[in-house]
Amino acid sequence: MFEANLSLTIWIPVIGGLLILIAGDKWSRQLALLFSVATFVISIPLWTQFDSGTAAMQFVEKRPWVDTFNIYYHLGVDGFSMPLIVLTTFMTVIVVISAWEVIKKRPAQYMAAFLIMEGIMVGVFSALDAVLFYIFWEAMLIPMFLIIGIWGGPNRVYATIKFFLYTFLGSVLMLVALIYLYLKTGDTAAARSFSILDFHKLPLTLTEQIYIFLAFLLAFAVKVPMWPVHTWLPDAHVEAPTGGSVILAAIMLKIGGYGFLRFSLPITPDASRELDWLIILLSLVAVVYIGLVALVQKDMKKLIAYSSIAHMGFVTLGLFIAFAIFSNPEIAGQSARFKTAALGIEGAMVQMISHGFISGAMFLCVGVLYDRLHTREISAYGGVANVMPKFAMFMVLFAMANAGLPGTSGFVGEFMVIISSFSANIWYAFLAATTLVIGAAYTLWMVRRVLYGEVANDNVATLKDIGTREYFMLALLAIAVLLVGVWPAPITEVLHSSVNNLLQHIAVPKY
Amino acid sequence: MNIVMPNFASVLPEMFVLGMACAILVIDALLSGRRKVITYSLSQLTLLGALILTVMHSGEKEVVTFGGTFVRDTMGDFLKVFIYVITAVVFLYSRDYIKSRGIDKGEYYVLGLFGMLGMMIMVSAHSLLTIYLGLELLSLSLYALVAFQRDNAVASEAAMKYFVLGAIASGMLLYGMSMLYGVTHSLDIGKIASYIASHQEQQMILAFGLVFVVVGLAFKLGAVPFHMWLPDVYHGAPTSVTLYIGTAPKIAAFAMAIRLLVDGMQGLAAEWQAMFMVLATLSLAIGNIVAIAQTNMKRMLAYSTISHVGFLVLGILAGTREGYVASMFYTITYAIMALGAFGIILLLSRKGFESDQLDDFKGLADRSPWIAFLMLLIMFSMAGVPPTVGFYAKLMVLQTVIDVDMLWIAIVAVLFSVVGAFYYLRVVKLMYFDKPSGSGSLIEAGIDTRVIVSSNAILVLLLGLFPGGLIALCRLAFA
Repeated sequence: MFEANLSLTIWIPVIGGLLILIAGDKWSRQLALLFSVATFVISIPLWTQFDSGTAAMQFVEKRPWVDTFNIYYHLGVDGFSMPLIVLTTFMTVIVVISAWEVIKKRPAQYMAAFLIMEGIMVGVFSALDAVLFYIFWEAMLIPMFLIIGIWGGPNRVYATIKFFLYTFLGSVLMLVALIYLYLKTGDTAAARSFSILDFHKLPLTLTEQIYIFLAFLLAFAVKVPMWPVHTWLPDAHVEAPTGGSVILAAIMLKIGGYGFLRFSLPITPDASRELDWLIILLSLVAVVYIGLVALVQKDMKKLIAYSSIAHMGFVTLGLFIAFAIFSNPEIAGQSARFKTAALGIEGAMVQMISHGFISGAMFLCVGVLYDRLHTREISAYGGVANVMPKFAMFMVLFAMANAGLPGTSGFVGEFMVIISSFSANIWYAFLAATTLVIGAAYTLWMVRRVLYGEVANDNVATLKDIGTREYFMLALLAIAVLLVGVWPAPITEVLHSSVNNLLQHIAVPKY
Repeated sequence: MNIVMPNFASVLPEMFVLGMACAILVIDALLSGRRKVITYSLSQLTLLGALILTVMHSGEKEVVTFGGTFVRDTMGDFLKVFIYVITAVVFLYSRDYIKSRGIDKGEYYVLGLFGMLGMMIMVSAHSLLTIYLGLELLSLSLYALVAFQRDNAVASEAAMKYFVLGAIASGMLLYGMSMLYGVTHSLDIGKIASYIASHQEQQMILAFGLVFVVVGLAFKLGAVPFHMWLPDVYHGAPTSVTLYIGTAPKIAAFAMAIRLLVDGMQGLAAEWQAMFMVLATLSLAIGNIVAIAQTNMKRMLAYSTISHVGFLVLGILAGTREGYVASMFYTITYAIMALGAFGIILLLSRKGFESDQLDDFKGLADRSPWIAFLMLLIMFSMAGVPPTVGFYAKLMVLQTVIDVDMLWIAIVAVLFSVVGAFYYLRVVKLMYFDKPSGSGSLIEAGIDTRVIVSSNAILVLLLGLFPGGLIALCRLAFA
């Protein structure tokens, strides 16, 4: 097979998007499918040619870009970013298929926005230069802003402006932190660099680290999103078109988690250790409180949006539980600590991948129903399984996965994080495990009200079951969910070296 | 008596522009109404000639001539080139505009050229008197240009306000300069600098004079609290004149700040840095917050200018070479963005429809998707969102400010830029998310205007992707 190439994975979809804009509406769908599948195919060698024996960056590209500030066009992936890139290219294919007949308003612009955004998101995951990263990170907002604003629901303008301003607010302080780090790397302009890998090596005092950590925290917490800066998410999800919700939930939220792994933990490990209680607390609030909030939602999309926040709570919990494990005197030996801490971080990563599939699938299921009846109210449905048996099969499967049923991908990540938090503190584990009850309650209760029972009204009675296109796209996701559920090894294997390297890095103080 | 012949070679561009402006004034009087195109072409030729003359002599060593009142250096040459290009684009945009408004008079271009001459003198001034001379030449031309549509009450009011407030500011500046002269016994900026460096004991009076100089400067830049004229003038002036006022004079004002404060009063840096800090913070705050409440596009952009001036001032107050480079980069990119934004307003307007209300932009993406896309680029650039050049401009300023340990002011600046993002986003929202309302505008502008507007906005994107060249040029100016 051909060589893995990160630049191609970034720029092919961007160029494809521009071509679609020029070509116009007529062939936009076919072109979009062509380019998204091509990008996915190009991204596969990233996985197959990945060397899981090393934590070093792979497939590196480095060219000078802005000489005066030593800014480089510097790309590369490790075990953390590579799976997320493949997830991105895979989900974009799904999104293109999902929009096939549904989007009638300016389809070319719709497809182009998603393809351009795909390239930008791959760029975020592969950038190793802080300015390059920031440019991709911010540029991502523009297509998403337009997607929600143009193709969204009735309250879309409010939702999209809120989305933009929230994330913009989060990221400007990160920019200040990045500049500060840049100035720390050297005394003269020639000696300074924006390389993220150089940032990792910087010795910083605890005070500096805490300020930088908080700046990063705001940026990433908004993206994840963590309680209490999550309020943009339900609005954005509810108003976004189906494809927008899928990309938001499946990829954009992961960028927050990825940010913690790439920036917060390695650059400010001591601040992370000092403030791990804060993150763990916020994560547990997300898991328990937001789970309860999800329980009372009347709108399906809102329910899944809240469930996303709760599931992302596991990600942040898994990432920061390592520090609680390190400081727990009851665990004997460094290697035992490393093992359980690694379990937490790997669990967080698996959870991110799995949540990408599951939340995407759940939003697609809601999209399927919305395309038919144009409402997302749970109470408008009932007994859908009677008229849409094939659809019901998929939705039940994804709901089970969302609730964390063993055998599905949803179980693996959550289980790993819970096990890991057991060694830190039994109460953390206890509170985290409540999700198994609450998650099951809100998901299955929704499924019961929507799918089962008597056919609720005449509208439901006229529903047509899913067609080949919808079947195909849901089946792809179902395979992914089950595959990761029974055989997560390909993902965890890729992670091992990077996780161990990270743990060794954060276990020792930097100052 | 020993008379030193001044070095005429270094003032060739100024002499050429002066000569041509006078010649055009005379030639225009002899032309009949239908042949006004000759005036326009001659004006553009003048700019081209000045450009060639400036570039021909650039790269040489710094020359101070005319008894120390005039300086020719790389920064000056570079800024002048930008001023020519911007003026040329302004003339090009203006041609259709003034024709359809019935103000197609030769004086328009002549005043524009004289204004430009004033800016060139400001840029190259090496004495307090030369600065004042350039400034007044610029201001008088602009007063007249604002009132060019003389039966328009709003424009006349704006011109009146501009004139009265401008005169007060000039008075302040002159008063401050007289203080400086009184203490240092010199108008020569170089001599003032060395005097200040060697006489630390007379700081009190010097600082007193400095306050008035800074006030005058802040007025010309439009920094809060000396910004009152700006929204009214931007709003009241014909859009083609707003375009002019909003772009090239900012570059000249930047040069004036560098000449006066950095070249002349580096010894008082601590004093003027403190004043600039207040100006910057207030400008960022008032500019960004008040812009939200505007319903008129030109007024909104006026307040946005104020907030950008805040950033520009931040670079200067850092007081390092990197800071001046950053500030210069910011000024130039701001001029490019403002040129594009006002250019698009001009492009969409026609006789009887100024297209300067925010609501006039509703549904633009449906009517003319390409123009809407260009405006989107400019709006995101003004908000500082990558991959547009506005991001790099902000990055550079922030970097220098943090470098001199003024972290808090960097944080204030970025937080207000989030506030600012809101009203830029609103324009995008109107264009892309709203249905067209009322009179959809037919674009009547000629192909030349369209091409220039397009390349202007695309430049904002291209410079954002490859800012290296422009940054290197700005650094060269402060080598």
